[in-house]
Formats: sequence, structure tokens, C-alpha cells
Amino acid sequence: MDRGFPSLRSEAAGAVRTMLASAESLQLTLKPELSQEEQALTHANGKPKETHKAGNEDLKEMLESNKESLKLEAMKRIVGLISKGKNSSELFPAVVKNVASKNIELKKLVYVYLVRYAEEQQDLALLSISTFQRALKDPNQFIRASALRVLSSIRVPIIVPIMMLAIKEAATDMSPYVRKTSAHAIQKLYSLDPDQKEQLIEVIEKLLKDKSTLVAGSVVVAFEDVCPDRIDLIHKNYRKLCNLLVDVEEWGQVVIISMLTRYARTQFTSPWKEDAVFDENNEKTFYDSDSEEKKGQNEAKPYMMDPDHRLLLRNTKPLLQSRNTAVVMSVAQLYWHLAPKHEVSVVTKSLVRLLRSHREVQYIVLQNIATMSIQRKGMFEPFMKSFYVRSTDPTHIKTLKLEILTNLANEANISTILREFQTYVKSQDKAFAAATIQAIGRCATNISEVTDTCLNGLVLLLSNRDESVVAESVVVIKKLLQTQPTQHSEIIKHMAKLFDNITVPMARASILWLMGEYCDRVPKIAPDVLRKMAKSFTAEEDIVKLQTVNLAAKLYLTNSKQTKLLTQYILNLGRYDQNYDIRDRTRFIRQLIVPSEKSGALNKYARRILLAPKPAPVLESAFKDRDRFQLGTLSHSLNVKASGYHELSDWPAVAPDPSVRNVEVIEPVKEWAPSLGKAKQSKSDDKFYSDDEEKEEEGSDSSSSEDGSSSSDSSSSSSKDSDSGSEEESSEESEETSSGSGGSSSGSEKSSSESESEQRQKKKTKKMPQRKRKPAASDSDSDENGNVDQASSSASESSPESESESDSDSPAPPKKKEANAQPKMAVKSKKEVSLLDLDDFTPATTNAPQPSLVSSSLLSDLEGLSLSNVSSAVQVTSPSFGPVKTYELLHHMTGKGLSAKYHFPRQPCLYQPTMVSVQVILTNSSDHVLEEIHIGERSPASLNLHCFNTIERLEPGASVTVSMGVDFSDSTQAANFQLCTKEDQFSVSIQPAVGELLMPFSMSEADFSKEQRNLQGMNETSATVAMATANTPRQAVSKQVLSVANVGVVSSSQDSMLRFSGRTVSSKALVLVSLDLKEPPAVLLTINTDKTVMASMLLRDLKRALAQA
Amino acid sequence: MIHSLFLINASGDIFLEKHWKSVVSRSVCDYFFEAQERASEPENVPPVIPTPHHYLISVLRHRIYFVAVIQSEVPPLFVIEFLHRVVDTFQDYFGVCTEAAIKDNVVVVYELLEEMLDNGFPLATESNILKELIKPPTILRTMVNTITGSTNVGEQLPTGQLSVVPWRRTGVKYTNNEAYFDVVEEIDAIIDKSGSTITAEIQGVIDACVKLTGMPDLTLSFMNPRLLDDVSFHPCVRFKRWEAERILSFIPPDGNFRLLSYHVSSQNLVAIPVYVKHNITFREGSSQGRFDLTLGPKQTMGKVVESVLVSSQLPRGVLNVNLNPSQGTYTFDPVTKLLSWDVGKINPQKLPSLKGTMSLQAGASKPDENPTFNIQFKIQQMAISGLKVNRLDMYGEKYKPFKGIKYMTKAGKFQVRT
Repeated sequence: MDRGFPSLRSEAAGAVRTMLASAESLQLTLKPELSQEEQALTHANGKPKETHKAGNEDLKEMLESNKESLKLEAMKRIVGLISKGKNSSELFPAVVKNVASKNIELKKLVYVYLVRYAEEQQDLALLSISTFQRALKDPNQFIRASALRVLSSIRVPIIVPIMMLAIKEAATDMSPYVRKTSAHAIQKLYSLDPDQKEQLIEVIEKLLKDKSTLVAGSVVVAFEDVCPDRIDLIHKNYRKLCNLLVDVEEWGQVVIISMLTRYARTQFTSPWKEDAVFDENNEKTFYDSDSEEKKGQNEAKPYMMDPDHRLLLRNTKPLLQSRNTAVVMSVAQLYWHLAPKHEVSVVTKSLVRLLRSHREVQYIVLQNIATMSIQRKGMFEPFMKSFYVRSTDPTHIKTLKLEILTNLANEANISTILREFQTYVKSQDKAFAAATIQAIGRCATNISEVTDTCLNGLVLLLSNRDESVVAESVVVIKKLLQTQPTQHSEIIKHMAKLFDNITVPMARASILWLMGEYCDRVPKIAPDVLRKMAKSFTAEEDIVKLQTVNLAAKLYLTNSKQTKLLTQYILNLGRYDQNYDIRDRTRFIRQLIVPSEKSGALNKYARRILLAPKPAPVLESAFKDRDRFQLGTLSHSLNVKASGYHELSDWPAVAPDPSVRNVEVIEPVKEWAPSLGKAKQSKSDDKFYSDDEEKEEEGSDSSSSEDGSSSSDSSSSSSKDSDSGSEEESSEESEETSSGSGGSSSGSEKSSSESESEQRQKKKTKKMPQRKRKPAASDSDSDENGNVDQASSSASESSPESESESDSDSPAPPKKKEANAQPKMAVKSKKEVSLLDLDDFTPATTNAPQPSLVSSSLLSDLEGLSLSNVSSAVQVTSPSFGPVKTYELLHHMTGKGLSAKYHFPRQPCLYQPTMVSVQVILTNSSDHVLEEIHIGERSPASLNLHCFNTIERLEPGASVTVSMGVDFSDSTQAANFQLCTKEDQFSVSIQPAVGELLMPFSMSEADFSKEQRNLQGMNETSATVAMATANTPRQAVSKQVLSVANVGVVSSSQDSMLRFSGRTVSSKALVLVSLDLKEPPAVLLTINTDKTVMASMLLRDLKRALAQA
Repeated sequence: MIHSLFLINASGDIFLEKHWKSVVSRSVCDYFFEAQERASEPENVPPVIPTPHHYLISVLRHRIYFVAVIQSEVPPLFVIEFLHRVVDTFQDYFGVCTEAAIKDNVVVVYELLEEMLDNGFPLATESNILKELIKPPTILRTMVNTITGSTNVGEQLPTGQLSVVPWRRTGVKYTNNEAYFDVVEEIDAIIDKSGSTITAEIQGVIDACVKLTGMPDLTLSFMNPRLLDDVSFHPCVRFKRWEAERILSFIPPDGNFRLLSYHVSSQNLVAIPVYVKHNITFREGSSQGRFDLTLGPKQTMGKVVESVLVSSQLPRGVLNVNLNPSQGTYTFDPVTKLLSWDVGKINPQKLPSLKGTMSLQAGASKPDENPTFNIQFKIQQMAISGLKVNRLDMYGEKYKPFKGIKYMTKAGKFQVRT
């Protein structure tokens, strides 16, 4: 191949031309025989089961006819033959003549044939080349592309120069589709002739610069295949690839992401240092508040993430939402390998979602989770239940889930896991049951608290009827006993008793070993076992024999009086055993323990050799060493290095020069300079299909980095608002929103919910014009819902990335205007229980403003029929109840600065109708930031609790209101749970007053009396209460009742009667309260409900309240 | 990337092979057959099998193994996902994906495989694009083709391939413009012996059938978008709009497609619409066992639970059963020990029950495990998570489309342990 390229080209072309001429003449000579087609037809129909040879013969005839339909029919049958793997290569000459057919389907089928057989019939294949060369110049891009596809798929070394030329031409084609095809052709040519590497790299370099999303994926595949080590080619295209990523087709995304993972590991410094957490927050400030100047000042800090590194993380994050499981997995591995430790957990949810996919997908994902869960328990612990095994899972999925559950086990959840394991042990799938026992063993060694429990459980299993279960238990018990041999002689005795019934060799051997090892603990039993073994020695399996010899030797050393003869007998048997291992061992042992002249020095040490304390086996995960492979790869899946696997390099100690990634056209100032929010936003909003090429061409980097900066990090819309508006506007708006949230969070304190909703209405109208100003929102929005949506989205953003947070945190605000605005807000936030924070990043505050809008609809979903009742009931009560009592949940002294209070807002719970909604106000009264406030373990474990979303950060002095739902199941039993911060856990409990377990229920007076009649006798509780003053107004009395219980007033025609009705939240049992005020100050208080316990408690509470009135 | 593809049927015959690079001998499948022999159940064949020179990655769908041959490192999920996409495409084209259907349409299959991969790398997997390249076979079209001599293969590059919305073809025209959305939720749950829920999650999807003229731009908003915190989208959904406003905004593909799927995890609370009362006992020493099963509705919000089917793998010791269903029919296969009871609707007034005796192997000790029940059911017009579509708006086109939305709740992997 050293010859000059042009000359070769002309030569090849010449050869092709002559061949084509001969082919044409061939066709000419065949034309006259018209009658053949009829013959062929009769052949085809009449004798379908001809011999193979003859079948091909008539195919040939059909191909050589000049009727298109016959040729097509023949080609279809040939493709059928190919698909079955039958050889039809002798038809090659007949087929190849049709390569220039006008019929596109025929042509395609010929292509299929050609690609399949060209390698075998190289000379004849050359006949077709000129057709392709002609097609490469076709005006139709589709034809150009398919010609290149076939030409490059023909594996004939002689046409390498032609292919090379075609690829080079296609790489500069107008059509991106043709360019994509040329990228694929690069790989084909490379596999055909690796010598072309240098030239191909040139083409790759050119194609890497391509701005079409269509090409990006394919060229990276070619890059990975041809020159994966030429990292330098990527530098200039790195930012472009990051920015295009979202719009590349899904298969390309997978390849690009894995390539960029490798790239990033060579170019950036490790984000896994200790102080990274702190810096990370700054990093965000730096991005989101557009403060370029800060970078220079902060240079002194120990770790600063490269902006390009951050760009990659940010732009891949949205792909976690992809429908393609491979894309999700590749993003997950990218985060695992590249993201700072505390950010990795964003992938958890998506990975767990993949578990609902096909069996094979589950298998791979579970493998990866297993590896991840060894290093990072916390990531998957909240999703533990998703790994529970179903009886219908295939065995390999079951064992993987088991593996993960075992990895996740810790002191807190071990009881739950063990309970789950108990079910598995009973499984019909015995292999799985055995694996479960091993898992129990691992839990027992890892968590010392439960070792005894596990051991007892395993001993119980010894009486299981299934032999494999028993055997596995024995083996595991052996390992466990080895870790703590003291006080377990009972178990050893028990196992000795079982010995006769166990037949599985491994288990028998284990028991024997245990006997020998701890023979001093069971001095009476061990010799007896040895006696039994002596009898059955010849019939045992090899592994059992070996252990018998061991046992004999150990007993001989400790108790030679009783066992000397037995030992000798066994050693004699072993000496003539068929297995040479056993003979060897026997000889060795004999020399070691039986004193003789020859044995010499070793004999003295026999005791120390045989009875040396042995280290306990470490039971560890089979996935322990898998992390040496990049996650998501084939190598990881097989735990063997697959061919073509590229090792992931370690982080460099010092980052290579980042400026190599700069592209000439960019102006660095513009790139990170504070850009006006408005412009930025309009761009970013429209830029979903960023495919339109002009935009990218005009300055790929500047526009795209802007795009990037607002793209993936979930930016709360409210902060955008304040960005985009002028200064006054924004502060006004934030005031507005803050007061709004104030109103909502303290909504229950306001006297009427009607007025509250009115307020909200006003707010909406105020907000509307402002929204219209926003370009993105104005084009298409259903106003009302849009508004609510927006509020909820901004608030439910619990992630720490919420921009506004870092905005207000940033110590040195970049712009002076903003600097003015910010202190103001800060002051405000302190005064008004930091309302600003609430609106911006509390997960649940929106629950407060939403209820009447969303909840009523939600309720209608849930309740079906009784929509009108419920909503009217809400209206009935809400105006009438007075101030709400707030209870202490956690004192700031015990909570190390975190204090929590709760109250019952008395609104229908959003999460589930059987829950009581509880609002918790969390305040940070310490002087440091509290992170990751969330709800931990709860007790009883079955407690039905709707947790608030984790609060990532709580600034000193700030407070947050979150709402939760608790299902008390109509009992006043306290709900105990743990309130956790990043460092600490505090056990707290919510003790509901009985009145809070009710919901108002509206009914007419007639209904009331009817229901009351139904609930008499046992269901009626009554008492007389003496009120403090004789003539208390009705309203005051009613107020007292409402303050105690969440019930609704029933309008009453009688003056002296007060009636209230409600239902218990969980079981929806009616609770009717009536007060008879006929003889003041005495009040006859009657409660009708079938929940008698509740009735008496409610009665007690009401009595106390009324006595005070 | 993907070298070759072999399709293997349940009886172990290779009935189709396709190579994208040089030919790999079908003897490579012997390693697969070996693994298949070792596995007790068809599902237990490991998805990734190493051989000396190749790696085999397989998926099992419709009792056909799709075995891809790989030569070097490639993310296994990449291959698995692609193979599933192939199966979906076949199903889309032929209605079913069986051995017979593939054999009958072997030419179309070959043409499809040729278009889907180039040199082992996926080229066109979007159904809209493929359908423009290769038209699905219909009886009418086959007849027309034989008469007129036209072909199933498109001559032009599909319009979608190059446009910014590759999933939609241009020039779509309908006389009736309609858009239907199905919200389908599946409940995966494990219920323990005492009836309490061990874990329950909801897997929801919104499947759409959109037949709209031109280039409509749709927005779909929800009453309670907060429910959707774990979502995956069809590529057509504008992600940023969702992030900012929780509104689905998209230019839909033409025809049927899955708009989004979501997952309501076990951390949230899930209403369980049925309960099961069971009493299954084996007495020691007797060859009889008692079987008593009653189903009832719970938290169904007034909707009817229908198409209920209970199946269970009874312990090996059970020889036969003699049961009496209060409604529906039951079958028991004495060989596989599979009991299945087709219940139909659950009438809250008269709860369906299945009672009777099981005869056990004489002399054998009582089975120490109790069977688990897998339950299937459907509830129409309800999404159990409470998800509700608020409204659907169309922009970019003038006409008024007909819009429809349907809710349904189904049992996914719903197991009751006893």
C-alpha cells in the first residue's frame, strides 16, 4: 500500500470500468431468453421442496429474467436464505448485476446480499464499485449516504483507496446525514486496514468540529474506536460537545458521555477532597450570580472546580430523565466518577426508576447499584424497599437484590431487613434461600449488635426440613462462631446432635471442623463424634474425610487418652484411601502428631500448628473489588477486563492547562460576564432544540455556555424573576412573595380562610401583569394554574442548587445594584421569620397556599362522591376557630441548635385523606448552617408518615415551615420519629390532642339528629359541666369547643343547643357533639360516636375547656 | 459495537441471523445454549455471557431470545436497550413479535435491521423515521404492490432525520384531528401475611395517540404536578419548560408514543385498592390442606375493580386441589403446581372467595412455606396516585382538535405473601 494514492485510484477506477463493461455485455446476452421467466414461475410454485442446489438454480433464472417483479421475488427468497444462515454465494454473479436497478427495494436487497458475500467473492464484488461511485455524486443525499454505507461495508482490501477518498469527500458533504455516514465508514475502513489510521484521524478531527447533533455521536464512536488516546483532539470540542449533548440522539449520548467521563478524569483535579463541600457552594454562587470577578479572589482557596468540569455535570443532569436506560446509566456513572461526593446522590432516584424496566435492564442496574452501595450506603438506603425480592423475580435478580440489601444493612434498619430475610428463607427457590442464609451471616458479622440474634435464628433453621437450608446454615454458623467462639458451646453441642441427620458434605465437614477447633469446649461430645466418623469413614466424601483426619489429630493432641486408638484407626484408613490428597494429609498428620525418631523438631510444635488461633473469615460482598472497573461497562458487569476496555485514569494531581479548551472566537469576558437576566432567559427558554445551526456557528462557545449556565441547574423561577426585573421591581416582587408565603404559612392563624383566599386572589392579579412581561411564559399559559404551578415548582425545589439561596448567601455581591437590594432583603428576612427563605426554598410551604385549589380537587379524586360536603365543611369551620396552639417538638438546647415546633393547621391533608396534616416550623438557632434536615427512622415502623422533603440547608437564624402528614389511625398514640440533620439525629414525637384527629363534617340539623339517634346507648357519652360564668355568650362557648376539636358547626334552630359534627380522619367515623345550654352555668355535654375511647377523651378535653370559659 | 444478531426460539433453533460486520459463525451460540441448559427457567439465563472471543448479550421477549454478539467493550445496557427497541419495532410493524411473524416478514425484518444499525451503531430507531423508510406491511399494500410493482421502501431521506424534531414527519394530514392520552398506573406492592403493606410503589405512564395535522405544539398541564418528581420523558418534551413551570410542552410524534413515564416511590404513600383474606393451612400428618381465599375492594374511591386474576405457585407437596369459587373459574396444573383463578369483577356486596381443600402427597411432611399470591386487576377511570390532567392546549395550528383523556389503574407486580 505504499504506492502513490492518485495512481492507485485511477488504476482501481480503470479496473472497475472494464469489469462493468463486461457485466453489461453479460446482461445483453441474457436478454433474449424470455420464456425462462415462465419456466421459473412454474418451478417456484410447482416444486417448493426442491433440493437446495436446484432451488438456487431457479433463483438464478429468476434473477436473470428481465422482469422486475421476478427479480424482486428472487431477491426476497435469497434474503430469506441468508437470514437462515444458508449459503447462497454461488448466486453472486447473478445478483451483483442488479446493483444498478432502478427499483429501490430490489437495490436495497442487492446491497444486503453484497455486504454479506463481498468478502468471499472479492473479484466479482468489484463489479459493483462503479455504481456506488456514481451514486456518491447523486443529488439525493439519501442515495449518497446509502452508497457510502454499502461501499464502506464491502470488506475488500483492494478498494481501500476508493473508500478513503469517498470518506474524505463525504466528510465535507453538505448533508449532515452523509457526514454521519462517513463517520461510521471511518470505523469500517479502520477495521479493514489499520494502516490508514493517520489519514482517518485527520478526518475524525475534521468531523469532531462538526456542529450538527447528527454527526456528534457517530464521530465520537469513531474516535473511541480509532484513536481513543488522542485526548488532544477533544480539547477544542469539549464545550461544544457538552452543550450539544442534550440534543444528540440517545445512542450518541451514551457514547459521548462515556468518552467525556474518561476525558474529565485526565483534565480536572479531584473534587473529592475534604474541603470540597464548602467550596462547592461557592462554586454555585459563582455560576449563578454571574460574578466573574470573584474567581480571582478565591484563587487562594484549596479546591475550585474547573468551570468546564461543572459544565459537564450540569449539562448531563437533565439526561437522567431520558427514557433510554443506557443514557440514564451512563449519566449515573459519570456522576459517580466525576461529581463531588455529596452530589452523586442525585442519580439515585433515576437508577431506582430503571428497576421497573425489563429483566435484563434490572440485572445490569442492580449490579451497578451493588457496587455503589458498598461504598455509599446512604445513597440507596431510603430506597431500600425497592430492593425487596418478589417471588416472581428470576434467581439472578433475587441474589443481586439480596446483595444490595445486605450492603445497605446498618444498625438502624437491620431489624427490618432481617424480618424481610425471614420471608426469603422460606422461599420455594432453595438456591435463593441458601443465599439468604449467607446474607444473614454477613449481616451478623458486620453489625455486632445483631450477631446473637442472627445466630439464634440460624440455629433455629438447623431444624428446617430442607437439607440445603440446613447445610448452608451450618456453614454460616461455623463462620460466625469463628468470629466469636466464646459462650457458644451450646450451639456446637446442638450441631453435634444434628450431625447424624445432615448429609450435605460441606455441612458435615463444617461441623467436624468446629468440633476439632473447639474440642476443649465440648470435651465429651467430640470423641463420640469421632467414633461415629471412624465407622462411616470409608463412605464419606473427600472433604469430610479430610476434616475427620483433622478432628482426629486435634483430639489426639488434647485428649489422647480417649482417642488414641480411634485416631490411629482413622489414620490407617486414610493411608490407604483412594484419594491422594487424603493419603498425603494422613501421612503429614501422622508424622506431625505421633512421636517417632524421625519426626524430630516439628513434633514439638504440633500443638501450636494445629491448634493455633485462626483469624475469623471476613464475610464480604462479591462486589467488593468491582469498583476497579468503570461503572456501566461490560467489564464491570463481567468483573473481567473486556477487550477494548479503556482504563479510567486517576485524577491528575495538578490539572493540565484549562486554556486548551478555549476556542479562538470566544471572548472570555463575555463568557462569564454578568449578562442581563432578560436576554439570557429568552435565549435559554427557546433553546431546547438547539439544533439550528446558525446560532451555534456564530459563536458556539459564548452562546452555548450561556445557554448551559441556565439550562440544567434547576433554577427556581422566582429567582429568575428577580433577576430579570429591574431592581425595584424585583425587591417589590420578593416582598410580595414573601408576604404571600407569610400569609400562607401562618394561614391557620388568620381568622378566616376565606379572607386568605381572597388575599391570594389579589396576589394573583398583581402577579399576572408581571408574568406577562416574561417572554417565555406569555406565549402559552393558562394563567391561574400556571401561577400555582410556578409557585409550587419554585418551592418544591428542595435542592441546594436553588439559585436564590446562593444569591443571598454570596458574601460579595458582584453588582452594586444587587448589593443594595440584598441587605434589605436580608434584614427583612430576619424580622419576619425569614419569610423570604420560605418562599424560595422550602419544600412544603406551598402546601399552605394551595389547599383550597389543589386539595379540593385532590379530595374530589379521593372521595369521589362527597366533594361538596367536604369543601363546604371546610368553609363552615375555618372562620370560627381561634388561635392555634403550637407545641414544642424539639428544644433548641437538645437539638444542638435546631428547634422545631409544630401545630395542626386543620386542613385536609394533601398526601392522603387518612392523614392529619401537621406543620412543623424548623428554626436554626445555632450559629452554623444546618444541612440535610430530614426525617429518619420512625417507630412504630409501620407508622404512616408523609415526610417533608429534605431541607438541604438552613442558615443560622433562619426558619422554615414544612408540612407533614401523619396517620395516627384515630389514636392519640404519639408518632415517634427521628429528626435528622447531617450530623445528628434527635428522637421527637408528635402527640396529637384527640380533637385534632377529627375533620369537620357538615350536615343539616335534621341529619344530625338522625345520626344522633343511630348512635345512642353505648355510643353516647355525656357529662354536665359547670361553666365559670352563668351567661357566657354562645359564640364564646362555641369558640371553646372549636379550639379543642376540629369539628364543624351545625346550624341550629334552637337557641339553647349547640351542635358540632366531625369525622375521624382515619376511619371516617362520625363524631357528634352537642351542648345543651338550657340551665346555665351548667352545660349538658353529649358526644355520640362509635369510637367510645375517643369520645371519653374528647369529653375530658371539652370539659376542661368549658370550665375555663 | 453490535456485531451480529441471532434470534433463537424456545426450542433452541436459530431461526434468523444478521451480521453488521464480518460474519460470525453461528457456533458462537453454543455458549448461549450451554448457559440456557444450566438455567432452570428460561428467565434465568444470564443476560451477559462471556465466550473466548465474543460476548453474548441477550434479551428474552415473547419467548424468543435476541442474542447480540459483541466483540469489545460496550455498555451492556446500550445493547440491551437497543435489542428491546428492536422488539418494540417488530411489534409495531407486525402487531405481534412471534417466530411466525418474523419468518413471514423476513424481508421487512432484514430491511429494518439494516436501517436500524450501521456498522453496529444505531442509526434510526425512531419509529416515525423507520416507517417512512420502510412501510409496515399491510394486506392492502401488499396487493397494491404486486399489481403496480411499487415497493415498500422509501426513496427519500425521511424528513425527520434532519429536522430539529426528528421524531415527527412533516406534511401530516388528517381529516379528524384528535389527541388521546391514557394515564395508566401500575401498582407494585408486597403485602405481608397480616395484610399490611411492606412496600408499594406506583409506576405510571402517559401513552398518547396523537393524530394531528401539521406541526402542532401541545402543552399539557396537571392539577397536581408535584406528584411527578421522578419522571422520564419522550425526547420531544421540552425539559426546561418542565423544570421551570411544571408544564409539558412538546411537538408530538405522529401516532402512538409514550409521552412520559413516572415513578411514585415507596417513600410516598400508595393506596392499595384490594385486600386479600387468606387462610391456608397444612396439618402435620394429614394429607389434606385447607384453602380459603377472599378478595375485597379497599380504597377504590367508588370504582369497580375488574379483570381480577389471582395466581399462585403452590408448594411442591400439593398433589391436587378441590376448590369452590364463589365466582369466576379456577385452574390448577398438577405438574407446575400453578393455581390461577380468574375472578372477574369484585362486587363489594358479595365478595369473591375460593374455598376448598388441597390434597397433599401422602406421607410427605407438610410444606414449610406458604404460597404467595400474584394479583392482577384493573380499575378504570382512576389514577391511584391522584394524578390529574388539568388541560391540554394546542398552539401553532388553527383547527380545533378533539381531545380525550383516560385514566386507568392496574396491578403491576402485586404480591401477597401468606
